[in-house]
Amino acid sequence: MTFLETAPWMTWTVLLPLCAGICTFLFRRAAPWLGVAAALGNALAVAALTAQVLRGGSLRYPVGGWGVPLGIDLRADGLSTLMLAMSAVIGVAVSVYAARYFSDEGAGDDLEGQRHKRAYFWPLWMFLLAGLNGLFLSADIFHLYVTLELLGFSAVSLAALAGQRAALIAAMRYLLVSLLGSLCFLFGVALLYAAYATVDVTALAGLAKAGPITWSALGLMTGGLLMKGAVFPLHFWLPPAHANAPAPVSALLSALVVKASFYILLRLWFELFRSVVTLPAANFLGLLGAAAILWGSFQALRVRRLKLLVAYSTVAQLGYLCLLFPLAQNAGVAFTAWSGCIYFMLAHACAKAAMFLAAGNMAHAAGHDRIAGLDGITHALPLSVAAFMLAGISLIGLPPSGGFIAKWMLLKAAIASGQWGWALLMLAGSLLAAGYVMRVLRHAFTQVDTALPLHRVPRTMEWTAAGLAVLAVLLGLIAARPLALLRIGAPVADAAVATDAEGPR
Amino acid sequence: MNLEPALFYALAGVGLFAIGLHALFAYAHLLRKILALNVMGGGVFLFLIAIASRAAGPVPDPVPHAMVLTGIVVSVCATGLALALANRVQATTGKMQLPDEGGGA
Amino acid sequence: MSAPEPIADHARFTPARLVTLLLVVALAAALGWAVWSLPADSPGLTGQSLAQLPGSGVTNPVTAAVLNYRGYDTLLEIAVLLLAVLGVWSVAKAEPRADDAPASPVLTAFVRLALPVIILVAGYLLWIGSFAPGGAFQAGAVLAGGGVVLLLSGGGRAALAQEGWLRIGLVLGLAVFIAVAAGTMSVGGKLLEYPPQHAGTLILLIESAALISIALTLVALFVGGRPPGRSNRGLSEAGERKDGDES
Repeated sequence: MTFLETAPWMTWTVLLPLCAGICTFLFRRAAPWLGVAAALGNALAVAALTAQVLRGGSLRYPVGGWGVPLGIDLRADGLSTLMLAMSAVIGVAVSVYAARYFSDEGAGDDLEGQRHKRAYFWPLWMFLLAGLNGLFLSADIFHLYVTLELLGFSAVSLAALAGQRAALIAAMRYLLVSLLGSLCFLFGVALLYAAYATVDVTALAGLAKAGPITWSALGLMTGGLLMKGAVFPLHFWLPPAHANAPAPVSALLSALVVKASFYILLRLWFELFRSVVTLPAANFLGLLGAAAILWGSFQALRVRRLKLLVAYSTVAQLGYLCLLFPLAQNAGVAFTAWSGCIYFMLAHACAKAAMFLAAGNMAHAAGHDRIAGLDGITHALPLSVAAFMLAGISLIGLPPSGGFIAKWMLLKAAIASGQWGWALLMLAGSLLAAGYVMRVLRHAFTQVDTALPLHRVPRTMEWTAAGLAVLAVLLGLIAARPLALLRIGAPVADAAVATDAEGPR
Repeated sequence: MNLEPALFYALAGVGLFAIGLHALFAYAHLLRKILALNVMGGGVFLFLIAIASRAAGPVPDPVPHAMVLTGIVVSVCATGLALALANRVQATTGKMQLPDEGGGA
Repeated sequence: MSAPEPIADHARFTPARLVTLLLVVALAAALGWAVWSLPADSPGLTGQSLAQLPGSGVTNPVTAAVLNYRGYDTLLEIAVLLLAVLGVWSVAKAEPRADDAPASPVLTAFVRLALPVIILVAGYLLWIGSFAPGGAFQAGAVLAGGGVVLLLSGGGRAALAQEGWLRIGLVLGLAVFIAVAAGTMSVGGKLLEYPPQHAGTLILLIESAALISIALTLVALFVGGRPPGRSNRGLSEAGERKDGDES
């Protein structure tokens, strides 16, 4: 067994970003280099971990050698590994983008401000990455609370980084909502410990029975996570926070941070509270998702700022994820719905990050981000507009793209189980998405006679946006591998094919 | 009715959580909101300590105590960050309050 | 900075407030009912914690839980401490003292008397944490209290301006913890699996480094902004000037 096969890559995905955070805090001049190197190192560690999981099935790592219930366990199954891979790949792209975005050349007239943003972006991003990786690997719900706070503080600080009034107000609101959500989650953890004397997900899955404690804990934890995940009607903090942040920060927030809360929600509903959740509760979450799709799309069709449009698109797309809950109640299609939802998360992450980076390029070039003022920008930024278009294709769900595969699986699940309402809703959502994507492209492709005064956009920034958009489309062609990975340790049994069960449910 | 100390303090923790939650929504002043979050945190910690005292014998359950220690530190960090942000909001808007607008169009 | 506008936040019985009140009362009642249904006697993890205590390197079960059984939580918690300072520094700049009036002589005299005692108490709390209630966080809080009083009496500002050393002090706890964690893995154990004969020493080492970081972090949070060094100028004023739809 080689070093590559036996090394504890799980722990390095958390320790490496923490070290990078320390180093970028101490060595400000070398921060961009250290940050990009750390993102690449993280990607390599995640790749090695993926190989381990593909070879050996779900991994469980008792930190400190203690094991549950006294110690904390790390767990890497198909879902965690896919989430880690998503963060790693998008992390590398956004890091490369940010290295150019925060450079002195792009500063305009505010060099001091740019240097400040550059100095603080990198350590904050490294802590964000550490929080994400720690969250995806944790099998201990109290440890999930700590990683949620790590994630929340770095996200809020990054959102406030632009420094102007709107960003500070949005960040303050985000922080208050985030703290409330975390406290509700923590109270749920405390209730579960009080009843069952353990905080491990797998152990609790075997012990939890329906009753006042588990209902209260489920309600509190779900409420807290819905707040942090910006699910309608608790989404109000997201559009201003994502729209007023610098472009690479918006990409990270929309693509990765909101997915983390949803990931925990999946773990809770499908593993821990498996015997407690009821069909009405699942349908309620589905209705919230439906409202999110409709409201978010409607707002995206209305607003006049490009980044605000993309942020409302995030609200709408997160609604699709909530459709998993009612769809998965039907055992026959549960695994299809599960796969569709996870794949949706992956495709949306790539597409949304690409869209925000492309929007950042357009705003950087034009000096503003009013949609109506972006006429003819294709001439100056063909690559960014192409990236926006490809990302839009994935968001709408047109073939071939990751979004298409994901929506196809969700539609298949809805139609096969006779839940026509959700199917029609998804189709309506796709039409609305086409509407707001076309809004932007209509202006971008307009012919103008007079050339606008445009700032130069570095090639690196355009290529990273394009790269992520191409990846979103490629996910439509290489779906087999990620879906195979997803089967490892999936808590939802595939009715059609026998999967490798992880243990007693 | 025999209200053991552990149950009493656990209910008191719930009460603090509820009071803090109400104050968070009822007041517009940012400092009050931050204090409300602290009170809520205090309620959760009180609950954890209370359930730890249910252990028979002289030594309480140390794991909830460890959780409370971690929680207090995280809570202090949250308060520090929130206060700094609130200060900046006041510096740029003139009021220690979030303006009641939507996302803006 | 001009005085902020007062906000009329008195108790008003608006319909919205009444609805909020009713919802919160309902939530409290539901949670209270759930808590009522909890078993009155439950050992939790006391038995297992005490059983594993001899191999944990300390004799205080809470310290064993914080730094050994659940040490991974503490590692991330110390990261949260550093992150909080990062966040505060990225958002705000420390305001220089507006008045140059000397601090009250009572305060100055008190600080001169109390500070050595505070440092001694902090060291004692750190050491006693292995056997009795105490530990790095408690000691760090006491030391930070001393730091705050020192700042209030007008001293210590020069020390805080030494930004390089300040940064090193802030990261020291996390750096030592990560070093120990990597070390435990490099000798073939799991992450943070201390060899039983050295567990006590390693815990004390981590706690000592953490003590410095915790104290500096809390004082930095009290100061509420980044040090006004040469490379840190610019953003507050720039942030207030710019407004509107910048990306």
